[in-house]
Amino acid sequence: MKKILIAILGIAVVGGGYYLYNQNQTAKMTAMKAMEAQKAAEAKEEAEKVAALAKTKACFIYIGPTGDFGWTYQHDQGRKQIEAELGDAVETAFLESVPESAEAQRPIENFARNGCDIIFTTSFNYMDPTNKAAKKHPNVKFEHATGFKRESDNVSTYSSKFYQGRYVQGQIAAKMSKTGVAGYIASFPIPEVVRGINAFILGAQSVNPDFKLKVVWVSTWFDPPKEADAAKALIDQGVDIITQHTDSTAAMQVASDRGIKAFGQASDMIKFGPKTQLTAIIDDWGPYYVERTKAVIDGTWKQSDTWRGMAEGNVVMAPFTNMPDDVAAMATKTTADITSGAVEPFTGPIMKQDGTVWLKAGEKSDIGTLLGMNFYVKGVDDKLPN
Amino acid sequence: MFGFSLDVWISIIISVCAASTPLLLAATGELIVERSGVLNLGVEGMMIMGAVAGFSAAQLSGSPYVGALIAVFAGAIFSLLFGFLTLTLVANQVATGLALTILGLGLSGMIGEGFVGQPGIKMLPIEIPLLSDIPIIGKILFGQDIIFYTSILLVFAVGWFLFKTKAGLQLRSVGDNHTSAHALGINVIKTRYLAVMFGGACAGLAGAHLSLVYVPQWVEGMTAGRGWIALALVVFSSWRPMRLLVGAYLFGAVTIAQFHVQALGIGIPAQFLTSLPYIATIIVLVIIARNRRMTMINTPASLGKSFVPDR
Repeated sequence: MKKILIAILGIAVVGGGYYLYNQNQTAKMTAMKAMEAQKAAEAKEEAEKVAALAKTKACFIYIGPTGDFGWTYQHDQGRKQIEAELGDAVETAFLESVPESAEAQRPIENFARNGCDIIFTTSFNYMDPTNKAAKKHPNVKFEHATGFKRESDNVSTYSSKFYQGRYVQGQIAAKMSKTGVAGYIASFPIPEVVRGINAFILGAQSVNPDFKLKVVWVSTWFDPPKEADAAKALIDQGVDIITQHTDSTAAMQVASDRGIKAFGQASDMIKFGPKTQLTAIIDDWGPYYVERTKAVIDGTWKQSDTWRGMAEGNVVMAPFTNMPDDVAAMATKTTADITSGAVEPFTGPIMKQDGTVWLKAGEKSDIGTLLGMNFYVKGVDDKLPN
Repeated sequence: MFGFSLDVWISIIISVCAASTPLLLAATGELIVERSGVLNLGVEGMMIMGAVAGFSAAQLSGSPYVGALIAVFAGAIFSLLFGFLTLTLVANQVATGLALTILGLGLSGMIGEGFVGQPGIKMLPIEIPLLSDIPIIGKILFGQDIIFYTSILLVFAVGWFLFKTKAGLQLRSVGDNHTSAHALGINVIKTRYLAVMFGGACAGLAGAHLSLVYVPQWVEGMTAGRGWIALALVVFSSWRPMRLLVGAYLFGAVTIAQFHVQALGIGIPAQFLTSLPYIATIIVLVIIARNRRMTMINTPASLGKSFVPDR
């Protein structure tokens, strides 16, 4: 008898633990559903049911928690904008901290099966799972961020020209740094990250041709203690400006402790370094998300490959803080020039890291090379992992 | 060396201490738990509960010390759940421990929801007068935060307790042969309860170190597997506190060194360097496992076995 009791309790604990774990992952999703249910109950049943069926459902797969105050946070702001602008016509759902592996397949397909009309997968390595799921669910629209594979007609890709912001950051860094060396915390050697590193050093060299950049790869998008370790190591090795292509605010806090300057990533991180943040690249996904969801509602959705930047308002610079007026003025001007198209960061003459010529004077890079960028330009003090 | 000045070396060593402290604390607690014959795989869960409890208490009270204290209690109370299930109800320890980890990860996410995205209050270093003025080692040993001091003192205290006190001998006897210990009149269940709670308290403090010292913020899943590394370190140390100290610092050193090697631009692939701490753990575990006699002598003989007094 006792044994049976224990067995039941054991199962209850395991089950309870698993339930809580799952519930947490989908807590907000459930809350939203509950609200929906409540609404439905309040109004007249039949009419409401029809309305609910007519609702377009936009679903999101996130790499980190919505509270990372970086990458995922910004995507979630975009999701909220859909709700705010399209109101009753839509319903949204999201899943946080979905690993970037084959495991991502299941949640994406779950969304596709459970009534999502459009699914945004918001990290590079969701590329293959997204395309696989798209083939199985031809009636669902898929939007993959930062990727380049569109294997069936119902997959679109989209990204932002973050590198434009990196160029501005590079210029600021070169003006502000006393040691002439900046540190870059990088996640994975994918084109998007490499492009950012190159744009940063090009911006810096446009101010100080001898500027150096140290790069550290942490092999994660989100691990605050690890990002902090990387920042400490870079600072110990003499960099006095930190920029990052990872999603947490840890590096900003370390820079703040050590009294050096840093750039925010993906989101305005000024709260975590009021005296530290020079500026931040803010990703504004809202307009794109609203536009695409609206296209699904109107039945005008078509496959596309969208790459927007400062001109379209997708890349926004946070206020230029903690710097002298002349540096802020320069940064403001460069931002305006990139927005108007007068300045394009990847314009020759640019040499590759090994000293060979990539772009001749005045020559602009083609989009294909930018999208698949797998080499460093001159001045990066690192060997690109492959 | 490598063209670094002395100040830089000191700063690097302090980073190593920060990386090692949570591992050392959690592993010290687990060492006591396992020495009493209980295998608690819930370290990760208790650690993250400590992290969230510590952070939220610090935010609400305005003091990181209150936060650390609450984290200790939170870890201990959370471990009681494990104790009740495995000791009183004699549930399977492995399954319960895993459940504790999963529960902790989920529960902490829910508790911490309101604290996401708030900059935390950092626990500042306390420089011990006079001692911290000693050249080189002064800054490293006597110029740090209180959790660091606790972790070092604790590992020595645990070493002394286990091998120099009667209570320590009793604890080890419970872990080695609970039936004999019971026959000798030692209260096996009570001893194990205390050990489990000590383990929980240590894991809780380790979590507080992450959310109050390391990166003063709360984010879901911020322990990122450090609890599991602490578990591996206990085996690594063959259940001996001094070896645990060495192991934790070795692991911390490799963790920090990988970034320095990268930043120096030595042409070693970054992926290899980031996996180095884990490779090191696996190698050491393999070496230990090969020496069967050593393992047999050191492993608490009743590890993972349930005890029912009237059976």
